[in-house]
Amino acid sequence: MEHDADVLIVGGGLNGPLLALALARAGLRVTVIDALPAGVRGDPGFDGRAYAMALASVRMLRAMGLWAGLEADAEPILRVRAADGRVGEAPSALHLSLDHAEIEEGPLGAMVEDRHLRRALMDAMAAEPGITHRAGARVVAQAADATGVRVTLAGGETVRGALLVGCDGRDSGTARRAGIRRVHWRYGQTALVCAVEHTRPHNGVAQQLFLPGGPLAMLPLTHNRSSIVWSEATAVAAAIAGLDEAGYRAALTLRLGDALGEVGLVGRRWSYPLGLSLANRFVDARLALVGDAAHGIHPIAGQGLNLGLRDVAALAEVLVDALRRGEDIAAPAVLARYQVWRRFDATAMALATDTFNRVFSNDNGVLRGLRDIGLGVAGAVPTLRRAFMRQAAGLTGEVPRLMQGRPL
Amino acid sequence: MPTDATDRVRDAARPHTAPDPAEIAKFEAIAAEWWDPQGKFKPLHMLNPCRLDYITAQITGEFDRDPTRPRPLAGLRLLDIGCGGGLLSEPMARLGADVVGADPAARNIPVARLHAQQQGLEIDYRVTTAEDLAAAGERFDVVLCMEVIEHVPDPAVFLAACRDLLRPGGLMIVSTVNRTARSYAMAILGAEVVMRWLPRGTHDWRRFVTPEELSALLRGAGLEPVDRKGMVFDPLGWRWSLSDTDLGVNYAAAAIRPA
Repeated sequence: MEHDADVLIVGGGLNGPLLALALARAGLRVTVIDALPAGVRGDPGFDGRAYAMALASVRMLRAMGLWAGLEADAEPILRVRAADGRVGEAPSALHLSLDHAEIEEGPLGAMVEDRHLRRALMDAMAAEPGITHRAGARVVAQAADATGVRVTLAGGETVRGALLVGCDGRDSGTARRAGIRRVHWRYGQTALVCAVEHTRPHNGVAQQLFLPGGPLAMLPLTHNRSSIVWSEATAVAAAIAGLDEAGYRAALTLRLGDALGEVGLVGRRWSYPLGLSLANRFVDARLALVGDAAHGIHPIAGQGLNLGLRDVAALAEVLVDALRRGEDIAAPAVLARYQVWRRFDATAMALATDTFNRVFSNDNGVLRGLRDIGLGVAGAVPTLRRAFMRQAAGLTGEVPRLMQGRPL
Repeated sequence: MPTDATDRVRDAARPHTAPDPAEIAKFEAIAAEWWDPQGKFKPLHMLNPCRLDYITAQITGEFDRDPTRPRPLAGLRLLDIGCGGGLLSEPMARLGADVVGADPAARNIPVARLHAQQQGLEIDYRVTTAEDLAAAGERFDVVLCMEVIEHVPDPAVFLAACRDLLRPGGLMIVSTVNRTARSYAMAILGAEVVMRWLPRGTHDWRRFVTPEELSALLRGAGLEPVDRKGMVFDPLGWRWSLSDTDLGVNYAAAAIRPA
């Protein structure tokens, strides 16, 4: 089979372009098939969405030469604070507070706005001759055989490659077409996402408040703005999402208390139904799944994006090492290395966030008492505190080279 | 290599002609077997990334090539002795080398050819031996002799043929199994008896070669040893990796033919 590219990546969000960049720079020819039209990606206006990038993810962007263009618009996370709370009450005095000064690696991570990250990725892809970006192209069929993989686009055109990578999110059509089954359940919660400007300084502190309806995260952005990720029972969330701006702001203020002072909305409001979705396998014949296509998790620990970037870093490392050994990059033995590396970590994180959410998203008196003590103990013991921090920063386990800030 | 001695004798007597469709079907089945990472050749598949790491590092180092660039071995003529189904020949061809794969077991060659063709690789596979190639005056920049020396009747004669196959300044890479109590436990009891990774009788422990003996054999053949490293199986990570210090079981060595 004559190949149009070595690797076909389905999905033009964040993971797809990052993987394309890492692979193309190692000499592979990559085609990114993106269902969205070109104009949608890289819209310069702030739409209210931002990402909490763990330290390891920041290192990865730095190793890939993307961080220099993002740093000026990124807000470092200097401290993480987590506490139990109730709507309209002050947070519990027993809390967990993690300060970056306690570990040697510097800030725990950084907040990066979606618009800046997208722009950086689009520019870097355009500058890379090894990448073909097919915007506005939808995959309708795919087939793999001994010599390669072929995808058919709406309109009938076929694109051929050695390996297909699904970066197409938790409803991954790539996984579905390959017959990969999923385990999934809904949490009955919806995440409300928005950004606010506020009168009190956030001082680089990322705060998580465990409210009975679900966790509320306040994440520091530049120019004294914060990103809010706020989970509520689906019916409550729908009601709040339906409010006008003043009503929405009032509901938010009630939950934030005086943590940020007076707040005002900036950008759009978003809502995402929450569920857990795990693919039964992350690889198949000439196929690998990355990010939410392999594992969609609860946002309670802010780890979904970072978990996806870790997939990208691990898959890029496995493929580039195979390429430099002269192995067939799509051989089952090569893809198995990626699955062995990532599946345990991703499944463990999915189950940890699931348990965490079940323990924290309720108003059960006994659980409240236990979790307050748990947070208090975890916060009081320095070794535990540092262990949490290193885990959250992505510094534990077998860290891919890119996430250590090293080149591939 | 897990080749079969009786096959070699029988196949060597058979003339080499274009195979018929039934033969091709048989070859496809054997190729599938050679290239199934969970199949009969699982131990070689597990060892292969580690062997390739050693080989590529030695060749790119010796010939001053950048291993991070595409096709770093372009322009080098390479011989893979005991090529089997092509587990090393194919990667070498992908890295740009001009590869001759030699195996005395005639049934391996059409299998290797078929698989290379499916992969879009050009490899010159031949049913032959190092001695015959040397007698025919063939010359190479690199000679690979991986997991072979412990199976040949006279290593000194075999290595002399390998030296003749190298042009002056050429590089020879050898891997084999050390003769230690641990190698008996790992390669014979572990791999053959307990794990059944290899058929019983694949290896004869008495034929294993210590690193010192290998160095002496290489020097005796007029080659200059330049490097050696252990290949160590990590049961927790379930993979092989190179070691500077542990040559107690599997190891690889490199030697050059002085100019």
